[in-house]
Amino acid sequence: MPLKEIASFNVKHLSILDENGQWDEDLDPKLSDDDLIKLYRAMVKGREADQRMLKMQRQGRLGTFPPTTGHEAVICGATFATRDDDWLVGSYREMPGRLMRGEPLERTLHYYNGREEGSALSAAHHLMPIQVILGSQLPHAVGMAYAMRYKGEQGRAVVCFFGDGASSQGDFHEALNFASVWQAPVVFVCQNNQWAISVPLACQTRSQTIAQKAIAYQIPCIQVDGNDALATYKATKDALDRARSGGGPTLIEMVTYRLIMHTTADDPSKYRSADEEKTWWDKDPIPRLFHHLKKIGVWDDQKQALLEEDVKNEVNQAVKNFESEVDFKPDAPFDHVFETPSAALEEQRALFLSNLRDSNNA
Amino acid sequence: MPKLNMVQAINLALRQEMAKDKNVLVLGEDVGKDGGVFRVTDGLLDQFGSARVIDTPLAESAIMGAAFGMSILGLRPVAEIQFSGFAFLILPQLEGNASRIRARSQGTMSAPMVVRMPYGGGVRALEHHSESREATFAHLPGVKVVIPSGPRNARALLVAAIRDPDPVVFMEPKHIYRAFKQEVPEAEEVGIIGQAEVVKPGEDITIISWGAMLRPTLKAVEALEAKRAARVEVIDLLTMSPIDARTITESVKKTGRCVIVQEAPKTLSMSSEIIALINDKALLYLEAPVKRVTHFDVITPYFGRENLFLPNPDQIEAALIETLDF
Ligand SMILES: Cc1ncc(C[n+]2csc(CCOP(=O)(O)OP(=O)(O)O)c2C)c(N)n1
Ligand SMILES: [Mg+2]
Repeated sequence: MPLKEIASFNVKHLSILDENGQWDEDLDPKLSDDDLIKLYRAMVKGREADQRMLKMQRQGRLGTFPPTTGHEAVICGATFATRDDDWLVGSYREMPGRLMRGEPLERTLHYYNGREEGSALSAAHHLMPIQVILGSQLPHAVGMAYAMRYKGEQGRAVVCFFGDGASSQGDFHEALNFASVWQAPVVFVCQNNQWAISVPLACQTRSQTIAQKAIAYQIPCIQVDGNDALATYKATKDALDRARSGGGPTLIEMVTYRLIMHTTADDPSKYRSADEEKTWWDKDPIPRLFHHLKKIGVWDDQKQALLEEDVKNEVNQAVKNFESEVDFKPDAPFDHVFETPSAALEEQRALFLSNLRDSNNA
Repeated sequence: MPKLNMVQAINLALRQEMAKDKNVLVLGEDVGKDGGVFRVTDGLLDQFGSARVIDTPLAESAIMGAAFGMSILGLRPVAEIQFSGFAFLILPQLEGNASRIRARSQGTMSAPMVVRMPYGGGVRALEHHSESREATFAHLPGVKVVIPSGPRNARALLVAAIRDPDPVVFMEPKHIYRAFKQEVPEAEEVGIIGQAEVVKPGEDITIISWGAMLRPTLKAVEALEAKRAARVEVIDLLTMSPIDARTITESVKKTGRCVIVQEAPKTLSMSSEIIALINDKALLYLEAPVKRVTHFDVITPYFGRENLFLPNPDQIEAALIETLDF
């Protein structure tokens, strides 16, 4: 019997606005001028906050944190496509998206200053707390999507972010399979920045794309230029529309680059070249959108100057708020182990507080 | 003798064992080109090549499972889990397979492998980077659990772990990775797994601790002995499992008093086990209840509060005094 081809697949790549300013008007998501400016503003603010956090970390005013510089088009484009009642289930590299959802920057600052209080408002903004266990958030997103549908909340969906490295975890594959079997309203967004700390994508997977991994699970997929905010927005919007109307999950691979260190404790010169970084600085998503907005006449240098002033002030104010909030209950960890602390735990709290009094008196 | 910190000492153990035995290899996340996020495996890739120093894809369960498979066919893999907080992802393979292959195969197969992982608090790290969960591993029959307390015993015990015929979880107190240096001989030194060390002899009270807690313990002992005539015997546990019942029992029989200091939460911890052991073997020698200084049964606080929750020398000294004066 001759071999028959019984299935064949392809993977598409979406680019709308490329690094040379080439713009595909047919594919353009046709955002209003206002929306374009909102999206651009979120990216600029994210960059400003990130750079400010770097300085604070260097001055010892923040602990270790993972910067987002270079990721703004992925995070802001995807987040801009969501509704405020969609849940965002991220990892730890989505700070600008958290700001877009209205979570104050102060919260992120507290988190990276070693305070659980940093996550206290996340639920109110439909944000899961920052996730450090790589890949573990993907199954959560599936369960949350299932719960929304189960509760009859038609039209709501979940967007789940994770990295290229995390796509090697069993949780990634298990979650995609669940999402597919359940046809859950979830959009998986892989922030493929091509590095997992020191491990390049080529050592992470032999697959030509990360997007194609969805094909094995019968999930629609697409690869997107992750430094093109119009494309990241459009791909996410399309996937969300499908999810909202009962069409199930999507995997979007957004190809971007972490322009600086993995975390402030990392030294990229140990494993990658300055030349490589330079080629990606040339694709920086923020100037790309800036030039485009100018070209289509919605932006100019004066507006840019005002915006820069504005976001600087907002970030300054957040830092001030953060630094003036210093009154933390030392024994708060006892409050949140269970809804009601056990008797044994209360006994431990008493010991903790008496130790604390002793050391304050010493 | 060269003076090394713990990172350099562990690196020395790996380098020497790899040079000596081509079955020894290293695998994990960022262990190659980066030399590990703490630089413990620095230089190994250049010296031994990528077949023996493997930057793996990001998947702890597969790191553990693959290392187990390698060990079945006679290799001696040393797997690194980047932080112990992610070691829960190896439990299905450790509990389900590595710990029990000797039993399942009726002694015809074994898993001579090591899983190294930095653990513990005190370095202002992010969430999941400060836990102390040695009891979780020590609870598994068939798994040995070792925790060094300084560069010299880290080197010697890692050599022993690599040569051990059974799976060893090797937990490295990252708080003291670079905190101090010790003389570590270039010539081979092999520790003994299952043996605690009497770091300082004494007659009046025993204090037991391990890992990064040994230093605050010794500080407390020094402070106490400067004030009182009491002589404290200090035991560095070194191996959590199999526990050195003899050293503990002999000491407690001699002193009749005991304090245990651990960084881990209290419930079902190593200190619980040590108290149970004393109950079994030396109860009638006790002149005071065994006292413990521990972390609390809370989710490990982020670094803003971590120092409030870690045992400190003052608390340890107070526990010694209370037990002496009982
Ligand atoms: C389960 C787990 N294993 C290991 C780590 C340590 N770690 C933190 S980030 C990282 C690399 C992640 O790479 P990727 O998924 O590509 O995300 P990126 O940081 O590049 O955004 C590693 C190994 C972790 N946080 N969680
Ligand atoms: Mg990455």
